[in-house]
Amino acid sequence: MVAEKTAKKLFSVTLRVWRQAGPAQAGRFVDYPAANVNPDMSFLELLDVVNDGLTVKGEEPIAFAHDCREGICGTCSCTINGKPHGPGHGIATCQLYLRSFREGDVIVVEPFRARAFPLVKDLVVDRSAFDKIQQAGGFISVRAGTAPDANSAPVPKRDADLAMDAATCIGCGACVAACKNSSAMLFVAAKVSHLGLLPQGQPERDSRVLAMVQTMDEAGFGSCTNQYECSAVCPKLISHDFIARMNRDYVKALFKSRFQPVSLGGGGGAG
Amino acid sequence: MAKLESKIPSGPLADKWRRHKTEIKLVNPANKRKYEVIVVGAGLAGSSCAATLAELGYRVKCFVFHDSPRRAHSIAAQGGINAAKNYQNDGDSVHRLFYDTIKGGDYRAREANVHRLAEVSVNIIDQCTAQGVPFAREYSGLLANRSFGGAQVSRTFYARGQTGQQLLLGAYSALSRMVGQGGVQLHPNSEMLDLVLVGGQAKGIIVRNLNTGEISRHSADAVVLATGGYGNVFNLSTYARGSNATAIWRAYKRGACFANPCYTQIHPTCIPVSGDYQSKLTLMSESLRNDGRIWVPKRKEDRLKPPAEIPESDRDYYLERIYPSFGNLCPRDVASRAAKRMCDEGRGVGESGLGVYLDFADAIKRLGENGVRERYGNLFDIYHEITAESAYKSPMRIFPAVHYTMGGLWVDYNLMSNIPGLFVLGEANFSDHGANRLGASALMQGLADGYFVIPYTLGDYLAGQKAGSRPATDAAEFKEAEDNVRGMTRRLLENKGKEPVSHFHKRLGKLMWEYCGMARNKAGLEQALQKIPALREEFWANVNVPGSGDTLNQSLEQAGRVADFIELGELMCRDALTREESCGGHFREEYQYEDGECRRDDVNFAHAAAWEYQGADRTPLRNVEPLNYEFTKMSVRSYK
Repeated sequence: MVAEKTAKKLFSVTLRVWRQAGPAQAGRFVDYPAANVNPDMSFLELLDVVNDGLTVKGEEPIAFAHDCREGICGTCSCTINGKPHGPGHGIATCQLYLRSFREGDVIVVEPFRARAFPLVKDLVVDRSAFDKIQQAGGFISVRAGTAPDANSAPVPKRDADLAMDAATCIGCGACVAACKNSSAMLFVAAKVSHLGLLPQGQPERDSRVLAMVQTMDEAGFGSCTNQYECSAVCPKLISHDFIARMNRDYVKALFKSRFQPVSLGGGGGAG
Repeated sequence: MAKLESKIPSGPLADKWRRHKTEIKLVNPANKRKYEVIVVGAGLAGSSCAATLAELGYRVKCFVFHDSPRRAHSIAAQGGINAAKNYQNDGDSVHRLFYDTIKGGDYRAREANVHRLAEVSVNIIDQCTAQGVPFAREYSGLLANRSFGGAQVSRTFYARGQTGQQLLLGAYSALSRMVGQGGVQLHPNSEMLDLVLVGGQAKGIIVRNLNTGEISRHSADAVVLATGGYGNVFNLSTYARGSNATAIWRAYKRGACFANPCYTQIHPTCIPVSGDYQSKLTLMSESLRNDGRIWVPKRKEDRLKPPAEIPESDRDYYLERIYPSFGNLCPRDVASRAAKRMCDEGRGVGESGLGVYLDFADAIKRLGENGVRERYGNLFDIYHEITAESAYKSPMRIFPAVHYTMGGLWVDYNLMSNIPGLFVLGEANFSDHGANRLGASALMQGLADGYFVIPYTLGDYLAGQKAGSRPATDAAEFKEAEDNVRGMTRRLLENKGKEPVSHFHKRLGKLMWEYCGMARNKAGLEQALQKIPALREEFWANVNVPGSGDTLNQSLEQAGRVADFIELGELMCRDALTREESCGGHFREEYQYEDGECRRDDVNFAHAAAWEYQGADRTPLRNVEPLNYEFTKMSVRSYK
């Protein structure tokens, strides 16, 4: 797998990167000039190259989160030139290529900033708050081995397709980083809508939305003020319409939870 | 010499699993909570296993090196998941799925395991649908299917091109539910660096917290590894950058046998390498071969010419020429090797010379550009994003890339390794795919192992362990293992040589690709067995691992993983050298038919080779588990 030198025109940029040794230390921007940049190089590959250069010089490389490098795992999380995942549309940081930049550009690279995403190091933040929201209710309770035949409950194709649109969320947190309120509404709405659109998701529909929203609030995410930066930066282009859907579900569930009819009949079976 | 008892139940093939389930021992519900199980990895196999064991009442600790279980690389699987549902009424059955998988694996998998896999495949679809996995549906509201390579029925369930993502999120939701209920203790950012054996049984692990550097000991009644495959030995692959072999490799060094390490799957349609900086190869779904035609120029001199300037008469549609009946739809391994041959002849296209054209001009003539867009639009978009080229205007350039590893830790029918108490699931084990995996079978195996096999077979083992007998973490064995981990970490950090870790990983990858890639031969493998140990020595003498051990240090993580890859690469070459036959993904140039097909040697090599570690500077021992085909006739695998 040896590649020859490409004939593409190489150019130079400067990376202005947020360096912060840990959550308790102060951070600052540091400039790293990068020459001979190939337009076919991905942005994360440029960070690899810069890091190898730092290593050889005896400096500590830039910590950044990444894994699949094909836009599906949701690990990568850089705010580039002020926009989560950078200048592209419908892509994650790992799908950004250097051909989006020009000779002499200064590229400002920061972590996803939000109160609910505490910084770990440099460009890496802790997004475990998302996991907590999932643990509160982002599921359908079905023990392995107890499921009925998969075709026993048909799902209208339209609902299934819409559920899939919501389910494509990769949990990266760009929606939170883009929001001036650091709201996680798009993330939560995507999961609530995905499960709430399916017949299997109905029994827990109310408890799910109440629990997830409560956990979201407790984790320190802000409120939604309908500006839709979230869907604008979403690598999967998940629509903010799902937020409206969640709000509707939430209000309904809240009303229902306040009205708890008391059964006067015998009801339960003897033990 | 390790004892390799496959523990395959007796009786008719179709009854084995059902009977085994009724005969193995159980742990009563009140006792389950007295057992602790460690699960390492949270992809399809790990998440489904951890969730299901917790649902049963076991206390589970789940360790993942990712920041969240949802990031595991199962998430990237595109195509689909096979199941013998026969929803299309096209004659599918458990037996057919079994047979296709056995044949696809070139008769190098265990019959009983594969049959069980086919049996539980139907339960997987039920389970995932009930969880809310949004599989594609027909207008009737019923589940849709598509066909995939190596099968003559439509049995593949899918969720757009993101089936792995949706199945993983389903398993992750089940896992999250059990974390929320307290049944699973989740340890993210936690990398297993050693296995602890007490009295010869797996009873714990040593873990490094990747964010804080803290090294901790964890004991349990059993340990489950579900840590995925080792294709990143090749550096460039379709794997995630973080995918690694460290957990299974360290288990190997504690005595777990490593079976068939040389069985690697190389996928024919990936975007070629563009430069030395490259970190990742991206897959282009094999479905493209339904409408695309693969060619290279007839003459070397034309390889850099713009394809539009090469007239029809100067093009070599080599798959159509060599394999007239299957043409562009021949099996993955055949297509990959043919592409390599064309490039070896100097006719490869693109600046690197390592590429072939996948041309849609005819399809566009036939279907119109919009027709092609409807079928493959998302793939053309990905291609454009990465290469800045439009495949509507000029042909795609593709090249094979490492995609999956069929080898892994040896396990018996119960998915237990030769170390009692150590279970291995999913891609990390060797059990179900033989020498070649069929498309849409990896997801099936991961979930079969986690949801439907381990919940039974783990109970059988635990029933023989006294509740509450797991060792305390201050036992001498834990201290020894922790010292081992600390020693290795210190040794790496003290290395302030001249080269970054990536330098060695790249060199290893090139060696492996050259000598242990799509085609292997004796002389090359012998050379690799000289060069890899030399690379290992150079690594330890000259690697530079900056920073300290008490914080997030990605260089340190990578250094440990690459050190393991170098050792594993050597074992892969040794395995490839000693398997003197061609089968599935393992192609030895000396053993082929005239038409370039694999020449298997069923007399001498109808077995799994399970390598046993003998110490740092000693040649590992090659143990053999014979494969007894009771129900299927081994024949020449032909798709012609």
